[in-house]
Amino acid sequence: MINFQYARANDVGDAVRQIAADPAAKFIAGGTNLIDLMKQDVERPTRLIDVSRLPLTTVEETAAGGVRIGALVPNSDLAWHPLIEQRYPLLSSAILAGASAQLRNMASTGGNLLQRTRCGYFYDTATPCNKRDPDSGCPAIDGLNRMHAILGTSASCIATHPSDMCVALAAIEASVHVTGPAGERSIAFADFHRLPGDTPQIDSNLQRDEIITAIELPPRGFAANYSYLKIRDRLSYAFALVSVAAALELEGDRIKHARLALGGVAHKPWRDQTAEDVLRGKTANQQAFMSAADLVLRDAKGFAHNSFKIDLARRAIVRALTQAANATPQSQSDKKIR
Amino acid sequence: MARTSTAIPSRIPTPAKIRVTLTVNGARRQIEVAPWTTLLDALRDHLALTGTKKGCDHGQCGACTVLVDGRRINSCLTLAVMRDGAQITTIEGLANNGALHPLQQAFVDHDAFQCGYCTPGQICSAAGLIAEGKAKGADEIRESMSGNICRCGAYPNIVAAIQQAMTRHD
Repeated sequence: MINFQYARANDVGDAVRQIAADPAAKFIAGGTNLIDLMKQDVERPTRLIDVSRLPLTTVEETAAGGVRIGALVPNSDLAWHPLIEQRYPLLSSAILAGASAQLRNMASTGGNLLQRTRCGYFYDTATPCNKRDPDSGCPAIDGLNRMHAILGTSASCIATHPSDMCVALAAIEASVHVTGPAGERSIAFADFHRLPGDTPQIDSNLQRDEIITAIELPPRGFAANYSYLKIRDRLSYAFALVSVAAALELEGDRIKHARLALGGVAHKPWRDQTAEDVLRGKTANQQAFMSAADLVLRDAKGFAHNSFKIDLARRAIVRALTQAANATPQSQSDKKIR
Repeated sequence: MARTSTAIPSRIPTPAKIRVTLTVNGARRQIEVAPWTTLLDALRDHLALTGTKKGCDHGQCGACTVLVDGRRINSCLTLAVMRDGAQITTIEGLANNGALHPLQQAFVDHDAFQCGYCTPGQICSAAGLIAEGKAKGADEIRESMSGNICRCGAYPNIVAAIQQAMTRHD
């Protein structure tokens, strides 16, 4: 870890002024990813601006009938918040599928969105990496790529976004409230993270002088029919090979609304509205779920060690939609898949 | 090209040490630390509380688990300066006037360790688990303790020890 200066932000405006004044500064909140990356010499900020004491820690209902989550609400508090457990259990489930109890106690809601890929080459400063050092190359494309993306990849980067929480937020159609020097704006969740293209060093459309202040959930929470299914090498405390957030609104056995987002397969949470559209109006059965899965994977491209993910994702989508339709969501505490 | 130099950019002045006040195991302690001193290093190197262990130093093993304001966290992934004013409980603070904490007694009763290196983190994590009040049965305890690695593989006895302490706690 390089030496750095430390400062606290007094309020959101002060945080924005401080970050705008120093291009080598970074915000720190939970710190679970940033401090690790600093120890690895991947992130090298010369100043940390501590935003962890800002008053962004409430979860409250909005006038529009949704819920607004302060950017500094710890992941564990959010997962166990009565409003989230009751109205957005898909979000609770996805959060509890990620990391460990200690990390969830530290990690903030806003920081979860901004965590960086766990690609081994990104972490290893002895190797090239277009995300870490633009235009240096991507060893993952012809290297160890078992954990890597199968959708939306580019010739520059095949890294995945590591978050579970964000997969649920994509499915729920959350929005991200941010503040910058020009004031406040709101970013639709689908537009928050980016695909790598030829600039994989840029993970999201958040500008470097902007701060996330809140996540807003719309009224529809899919509390009756949902599942977050995470497939990984260990039953707990491992990143997803493939994860699926499935949410349905049913009228009898007919699908009124469907939401489908995947983790572990792309540079961003992968929501496919074409597949959701195909499900709308159909009877909730395996045939419909398989046609949706085929659509999601229509452009999937495997690499030497991760082609298995295409079939795994197809099956995981069908399984998660089946769990959602049957109202038997994946349990995050005993992990038995029903 | 891969980055080859890790030299500190010359324009950064050496930051001054920062005074931090922590209440550690009930006692108010003042230390002066560099901004990059983790809570783990502050406990071990500045306060001589070496019960909290440094395992991976990357938040993967859980050996450094302590309770901050009653919640279990990885002390290797937080800066001491960020915790100014916090209440910290380490393994040294669990016993009460020489009487072992119920979790410490349960780990002894169930032989829930071999080498013992992960044990302070396991016990602090289990104390956090019990305070959370979410995990109940063995499956839930295993899931909730997945952030604590035991390379000796004492897991079955660790789960049994936690179950014993939970029963006494209730």
